[in-house]
Amino acid sequence: MGKLSAFTDSKLVLLAIGLLGITILAALFAPWIAPQDPYDLAQLYILDARLPPLTRNADGTLFLLGTDDQGRDVFSAVLYGLRISLGVAFVATAIAVVLGTSIGLLSAYAGGRTDAVLMRIVDMQLSFPAVLIALMLVALLGTGIEKVTIAIVAVQWARYARTVRGAAMVEREREYVEAAQCLAYSPSRVMFRHILPNCMAPLSILATVEVASAISIEATLSFLGVGLPITQPSLGLLIANGYPFMLSGNYWLSIYPGLVLIAVIIAINIVGDRLREVLNPRSER
Amino acid sequence: MGAFLVRLLFQGIVTLLVVSIIIFVGVFAIGNPLYVLVDPSAPAEVVQETLRQLGLDRPLHEQYVRFVLSALRGDLGTSYVHALPSLELIASRLPATLELVVAGLVIAFLVGVPLGLLAGYMANNWLARLISSLSILGISLPTFWIALIMIIVFSLELGWVPTGGRGDVATVLGIETSLLTASGLAHMALPALALSLFPLALIIRLTRAGVREHNRMDYVKFARAMGISPQRILVSYVLRNILIPIVTMMGLIFGTLVAFAVVTETVFAWPGIGKLIIDSIKVSDRPVIIAYLLFVVTMFLVISFIVDLITAALDPRIRLVKAS
Repeated sequence: MGKLSAFTDSKLVLLAIGLLGITILAALFAPWIAPQDPYDLAQLYILDARLPPLTRNADGTLFLLGTDDQGRDVFSAVLYGLRISLGVAFVATAIAVVLGTSIGLLSAYAGGRTDAVLMRIVDMQLSFPAVLIALMLVALLGTGIEKVTIAIVAVQWARYARTVRGAAMVEREREYVEAAQCLAYSPSRVMFRHILPNCMAPLSILATVEVASAISIEATLSFLGVGLPITQPSLGLLIANGYPFMLSGNYWLSIYPGLVLIAVIIAINIVGDRLREVLNPRSER
Repeated sequence: MGAFLVRLLFQGIVTLLVVSIIIFVGVFAIGNPLYVLVDPSAPAEVVQETLRQLGLDRPLHEQYVRFVLSALRGDLGTSYVHALPSLELIASRLPATLELVVAGLVIAFLVGVPLGLLAGYMANNWLARLISSLSILGISLPTFWIALIMIIVFSLELGWVPTGGRGDVATVLGIETSLLTASGLAHMALPALALSLFPLALIIRLTRAGVREHNRMDYVKFARAMGISPQRILVSYVLRNILIPIVTMMGLIFGTLVAFAVVTETVFAWPGIGKLIIDSIKVSDRPVIIAYLLFVVTMFLVISFIVDLITAALDPRIRLVKAS
């Protein structure tokens, strides 16, 4: 309980957690919260196009964040975009965590040649910037939601592998591991049931921050036009689509998706930072 | 040192080979480039003839050997769109990217070191915390968003600088540069600033950590005991020591920035290699994609080779560990 209270004694962290809770709920329940289905063409009226925020159309419908060039409610589009952005980021992070953790554990447990080869691959990959690796994969595989997910996983797995390996190398020398081995438990049982639970602190800190980085990578790729297709408009794609209109003064098309994107990324980083302080006994600021 | 050098060189070549195989298999095996070149309704003989001419009827390993052999001769294919050799195309766009990267690094250094010194020296007051928080934002926020905000504020609202493009260029020794014309500099200001944010954040953090570490060391205590002013200790003693890791980091980050410039160049329509690769991916201009990827990977390997060499020359322990 000491850790939990240490976690929540900062107002900023509480604010960040609250904001994340709201955005996750908004993303989950977007179809019920959104005033209109932004991608059902039957619900759009071209006469509503490019209304500024907080205006009503002839029927009296309120457009909280304005409308785009096709009369689409920006608020609804942001909710649906959030759904796609968070969905891609969470799925990609989950896959990368499982993959990276397994490789890291294997590397630490097997040691020797296996460890050397795996860590050489990790080193090689980490020496290239994330944008370049993501771009390379998108260039090779093509664009699309599963391609972007693969690109994010490919960028991130190595970081988990290295972190988990580091933590597991320390744990492997402990007596409880020796005891488990003496009980003739299978290597996979020792790795996943005994060593892994003791590596959770660094892993959970990294995974939190990496969700933000996954959101950022997806948004960047989509903004550049090499990420998600136009039929799956994430926040990054909404910003890109609104960008040309911004030059003619219709700022709300890009600004609001962008503000939501930024708020989510900052909130995740605040929570991750706090996690690091609480879970790492050596950290002092 | 000799064995270490050979080992380093060997590692670099192996990495390059592995990457080239990944790129080659990816580009040539996943899709058929034929239908980009030949009208799908062309008669079968024409399709066969083109296949044969391009060597695409040969087995994959044979194609790869031919690809490597012509790559060694400096031939990475001809762009489908620009009808120019792809390496030539990259070479013509490279100066624009390089001057942007250099300008970004210079801004990051000139702003980052003083801010980092300030944050490290003041330890825990509000200004130091503000600088640290901003440096976290600089690393975690997507660059394209910051660049967009810059365009709104400085180009659209204030009208100080243009929204994009490269402006007038002056030619020096056959290389075009924007650094020597007023319009070129005005066009360059925002993209260089946007690109500098990431290295700026890193330099602030590195400088701050360095100042804190060195402030605890004996030589600083002695200097204080001698009555030397804190400013002088910071600038002529501490700074001199922490400049070494900062300069090393700037060398390492150079390659990252060339890759990072993809985002900045696209937002500001800056005609460098980053914009070239995005345009090429969108129209599947394969020879340019391959040439870009191989070029950037090679550049990375060369930079890390040089950095390894310098650190090894400075520290014999690294040679011994890496050679064993």
